[in-house]
Amino acid sequence: MSKVLFTEDHEYIIVDGDVGAVGVTDFAQKQLGDVVFVELPQVGKQLKPGEQAGVVESVKAASDVFAPVSGEVVATNAALEETPALVNEDPQGRGWFFKVKIAEPAELEQLMDETAYEALVAAQG
Amino acid sequence: MVDFAGYELPVNYPAGIIAEHTWTREHAGLFDVSHMGQALLTGEGASARLETLLPGDLQNLGARKIRYSQFTNAGGGILDDLMVTKLDEAGDVLFLVVNAACKRADFAHMKTHLPDLALTVLEDRALIALQGPQAAQALERHVPGASALPFMTQQEFCWREQDLYISRSGYTGEDGFEISIAASFAQDFAETLLAEEEVQAVGLGARDSLRLEAGLCLYGHDIDTTTSPVEAGLNWSISKRRRAEGGFPGAARIQREFLEGPARKRVGLMLDGKAPAREGADIADDSGAIIGRVTSGGFAPSLGKPIAIGYVPPKHAAPGTPVSLIVRGKPLSAHVAPLPFVPNRYHR
Repeated sequence: MSKVLFTEDHEYIIVDGDVGAVGVTDFAQKQLGDVVFVELPQVGKQLKPGEQAGVVESVKAASDVFAPVSGEVVATNAALEETPALVNEDPQGRGWFFKVKIAEPAELEQLMDETAYEALVAAQG
Repeated sequence: MVDFAGYELPVNYPAGIIAEHTWTREHAGLFDVSHMGQALLTGEGASARLETLLPGDLQNLGARKIRYSQFTNAGGGILDDLMVTKLDEAGDVLFLVVNAACKRADFAHMKTHLPDLALTVLEDRALIALQGPQAAQALERHVPGASALPFMTQQEFCWREQDLYISRSGYTGEDGFEISIAASFAQDFAETLLAEEEVQAVGLGARDSLRLEAGLCLYGHDIDTTTSPVEAGLNWSISKRRRAEGGFPGAARIQREFLEGPARKRVGLMLDGKAPAREGADIADDSGAIIGRVTSGGFAPSLGKPIAIGYVPPKHAAPGTPVSLIVRGKPLSAHVAPLPFVPNRYHR
C-alpha cells in the first residue's frame, strides 16, 4: 500500500516500501506551464532533503526540483527525455522524475499529507 | 499575471503558451499591447527633425508608410526601438509607437531635443495586435478594406464611428495588424474580434516565443544602450543616404562599423539537444573560451526545440559555427543559425 506525501516546494513522493517516486504536483505543473525539458539526477546519486535533485524547464522559465528525503537515486524516468509534457499530462503518474531509496524513514514525518498539502495550495492559489 | 513595465499583463491565457503560439502561426492571435507608447510628433519638417535622433530614413518615406528605427545615444548604442509612420506627404505629421519601458524617457528625449515640434502623447488610445495568417480575413469582416493594406503601411478606418489607426505590421513574423483605438472602445473591439472563430487571445509568453522565432530584437535584452544597430544586424533599417550623411547620435561609431565591421554580431543559436539556454548564458567557442552571451533564449514551439539569440565576435558569426552555451555550469552543444529561425510570412 503506497502513500503520497508532499513538500512545501510542491514536490510529491509516492512511498512504496522503502522506495519513493518523486515528481512535481499538479499545482506545480499548472504554475510552470508547458514543460519542455527535465534534467534528472544520475542514478546512484546520494540526495539530502532539500538538496537540488533536478531542473524542470517550461516555456516560461527553469525551476529547481528538490529532494524530499535523503537517499540514493535508484531510477529515473527515461520517458521524460522524449516526452517532457508527461509532467503536464500526468504529473503524479507517468510524469514522475526519479525514485529514491529512502535512507531515513523518519524524514517522511516532516512532509505533508494530502489534506495538509491541499490546504497549502488553497492558501497559495 | 505579471508586472511588465508597470502594467499588469497575462503571461498566458488558459490555453497555455505553446497552444497560443501555435494558434497564432496557424490562425490569428489577438494581443493587448496597449502598454506600448503611442504619440504624434507634428511640426514643419518633423521628418527631417526626427532624423537627428535616429538613423532611419524618414525623408524618403512615402506618406502612410511605416519605418522601423532606433533612437541612438552619442555612443551609437540604442535607447529604444520604434515604429514611425509618416501620416502626410510633407512629413510634418508622424505617428510613433515606442516600447512601454522606455516611453517616458523617449518622450522626454524628444521634448528636449525637438522643442520646436509638438509631441502629443496618445494616453487614451489602446493598441491591439492581430497576428497570423487568418488575421486579415477576420479583421476584414469588421473593418472592410483593412485586408487590402500593404505591408508596413497605415490607414485610418472607422468602427462604430471610432477612428482606428490600422498598420499592417507586427512582432510575430506573421502577416498581421496593429490597431490603435480609443481606450474606451478597446474592450468591445477586442471582444468583437475574439468572437471570430479564427481569433484567440495570446499573452506575453507566446508574444516572446513568436518574436524569438522570427529573429526580432526585444529591447532591454537583445538590444540596449551598449549595442549598436550594426552589431544587432539592423543594417537594413539604415538607408545608404543616412549611412553616408550621418547626422544622428552615435553616427561616428555606426558609420565606422559599416566600413570596418562591428566588434560583435547578433546571431541565432540553435541548440543541438533539448535543454534550453536562457538570457545570460555564456557562449563558448570550441576551445571552451567564453566569446559572448545569450540575450534571449527559450523553447521554439514551431520547431519543437530550444533556440537563442546572442552576441559573438564576427569570426564566430557564420551560420553553422559550433559553439557551446553554458547552462548551470555545463556546456550545451549548439551552432550559429541564420535568422529568422522560422521564415517570415509578411503580406507583400
